[in-house]
Amino acid sequence: MIGLSSTVHYSMWTTYSSRLRHIGRNYVRSKKAVRSPLDTLYIISRATFSHSATSGDYGTVTDDFQRSLAAAIGDKHVIDSQAIREQHSHDESHHSAVLPELVALPATTEEVSAVLRLCNEFRVPVVPWGTGTGLEGGSIPVRGGVVMDLAQRMTNIVSINESDFDATVEPGVTRVRLNQELRATGLWFPIDPGADASVCGMAATSASGTNAVRYQTMRHNVLNLQAVLADGTVMETNGNSRSRKTSAGFDLTGLFVGSEGCLAAITRATVRLHPVAESAVAAVCGFPTVAAAVDAATVVMQSAIPVAKIEFMDSEMVDAVNNYSGLEHAVVPTLFFEFHGSETAVAEDSRRTREVVSEFEAIAFDVASEPDARARLWKARHNALYACKAARPGVRYIMTDVCVPISRLSECLTRTKSDILESGIPGPIVGHVGDGNFHVVLLVDQSDADEMDRARGVIERMCRLAIGMEGTCTGEHGIGIGKQRFLEAEVGIGSLETMRLIKRTLDPNNILNPGKVLALS
Amino acid sequence: MAGSMKVLVGCKRVIDYAVKIRVRPDKMGVVTDGVKHSMNPFDEIAVEEAIRLREKKIAGELIAVSCGPKECGETLRTALAMGFDRGIHVEINDRQLYETLTPLHIAKIFAKLVEKEKPGLVILGKQAIDGDCNQTGQMLAGLLKWPQASFTSKLSIDGDWAHITREVDGGLENIKVALPAVVTADLRLNEPRYATLPNIMKAKKKPVDKVDPEQLGVDLSPRIHIIKVEDPPVREAGVKVDNVDELIDRLKNEAGVI
Repeated sequence: MIGLSSTVHYSMWTTYSSRLRHIGRNYVRSKKAVRSPLDTLYIISRATFSHSATSGDYGTVTDDFQRSLAAAIGDKHVIDSQAIREQHSHDESHHSAVLPELVALPATTEEVSAVLRLCNEFRVPVVPWGTGTGLEGGSIPVRGGVVMDLAQRMTNIVSINESDFDATVEPGVTRVRLNQELRATGLWFPIDPGADASVCGMAATSASGTNAVRYQTMRHNVLNLQAVLADGTVMETNGNSRSRKTSAGFDLTGLFVGSEGCLAAITRATVRLHPVAESAVAAVCGFPTVAAAVDAATVVMQSAIPVAKIEFMDSEMVDAVNNYSGLEHAVVPTLFFEFHGSETAVAEDSRRTREVVSEFEAIAFDVASEPDARARLWKARHNALYACKAARPGVRYIMTDVCVPISRLSECLTRTKSDILESGIPGPIVGHVGDGNFHVVLLVDQSDADEMDRARGVIERMCRLAIGMEGTCTGEHGIGIGKQRFLEAEVGIGSLETMRLIKRTLDPNNILNPGKVLALS
Repeated sequence: MAGSMKVLVGCKRVIDYAVKIRVRPDKMGVVTDGVKHSMNPFDEIAVEEAIRLREKKIAGELIAVSCGPKECGETLRTALAMGFDRGIHVEINDRQLYETLTPLHIAKIFAKLVEKEKPGLVILGKQAIDGDCNQTGQMLAGLLKWPQASFTSKLSIDGDWAHITREVDGGLENIKVALPAVVTADLRLNEPRYATLPNIMKAKKKPVDKVDPEQLGVDLSPRIHIIKVEDPPVREAGVKVDNVDELIDRLKNEAGVI
């Protein structure tokens, strides 16, 4: 573990190295103390625990601190007004809002570094903020402190390299804006998590979406990140490289992707772009049962048909969408497909898919190739969340997702669906079934304690079931606040302790988005 | 069986809509050097509509026209990449002359091109996002003595007639116009397709004819004289008052509005 120190940027280690050297001297030298690498991990993490500011060991937001922030980034960019703090107190999850004490608006990476340095010095919690569109409470400032809104003033598209298929953006650039900028280039950024999210925020949460089955997730589409650590150190995780492949050094880009603001603030992301498909065809078909629909989807994937999108909606969801968008889909479990490629390729993919689904008693197979007709077909899927909200007006939704190996999807989904039906809570399901991923939207009356309990039960059982099937408790949304309790069961104690070690090393004062992803003990 | 109607579409090169506009230090225009330019969004919609007409086998040859400096060639390549067959670049290299072009000049240029090319339909964007004039289509129709359908949000061709839905202040208006006609495209007419890489590559080989406006016999001398270009006044912070009396006093004596 001490070896870890020599590979990281020197300036960071002048702060931490003394502490680690002290611990190392006592434990690593003595062969008796070290029985296995795992013991070393446990011993060191326990030792650092006593030195770090975990629960409650924070500084307060004093006038002095606020003045220092204002000196660093400008008076009018350190905001304490109620309205702005409220805007930065909640995301799009069901988790309760928590007001930060201050909202900081840095304009450059240097200012971000200054803000973090100050927060670290004064031990004030700080949450990096993008578009606030997260679904698991990941950006809620549960320990108060500062919300550092990176999207407001850092809005540059730094570069677009058409010939190399990559683009570099600041946190204020959302995916829709990036695609609009690319519209004449023949390239696009295909990761579509639904919301018009910040691309850097998508890197922080390892976002995914409907196109993941063909174009993969952020994990596979981030080439480089500019990250600022808790002590203000700025780094490019891949340095100067825009290479599509590299074997140089440890994968720091991968470390920060999906770290949900707990390891660093992301101030720039270089992402992969993909060629826009020559042609696209969409198709919809209904099935008599959920199992038939999901089994059909599984066989489509196993037949290696290169679908670009394959989405499942259960009858409740189709009904909600029909009512909301004025559509007339048959109210049955339904699959939505999209095929990308040359005209002959998509015709072939569509034909092969039609053959597969007919073996599962597909009710119809409607194909749309005109852009307007395709848009109408997909309107159903795009509006799914709003349709759910409209289905039970006045109640909030709890939306969550799990992901399992495709061979287990049918069982996982059908068992979860019966559990939802038993609980009596309306819970439409929509899923990226090509990845083995599905989302449940529980329409819960949050003022009804009993209903909330039942809803929590459903989520608990759903996540445990997925983990038990060698899957994950969160395919796309992240751990955030609510799923921390599943992390150990899913990744195992070795992995969890390593994550804790990394967190303590990179953020010994636990100021970066505390209370998220993992509990430090 | 492909359609036989030739369609002519205007593609203006403008500063990209996402760019923050800055006034030039000489206050005679806005900064354009090094600034991202792209096709006027309403012209993109016009281009898309023409391509859809060809896909419906109504239109045949699709011609894109752009007037301006050499960079307009890029704008034409975008139209070609979306699916157009050829481009006409009316070259105007004199920068000052270009800056004082008005819709009437452009309409006259287009009128001459229409005489030469004899299209069955001309589609223009309803207005350009830099000038916001909303005049070129109407003037062109007047010069040609053709019917016009502006603010079109729906277009369908039936033999010698075009059925149009227009977005007007009071709502939607349904009309039919005899072809040939000038149509100007509004926002909700369609959603333009993205150019694909293979088409962008193919577009590089499609023909773009260069035309000198003098050859067309159009007089481009300025009809306007730019006096000054300024930023709008900076918004001042609001002022809070303590009571109604103070409000009245300040409205009367400071703002002078009552």
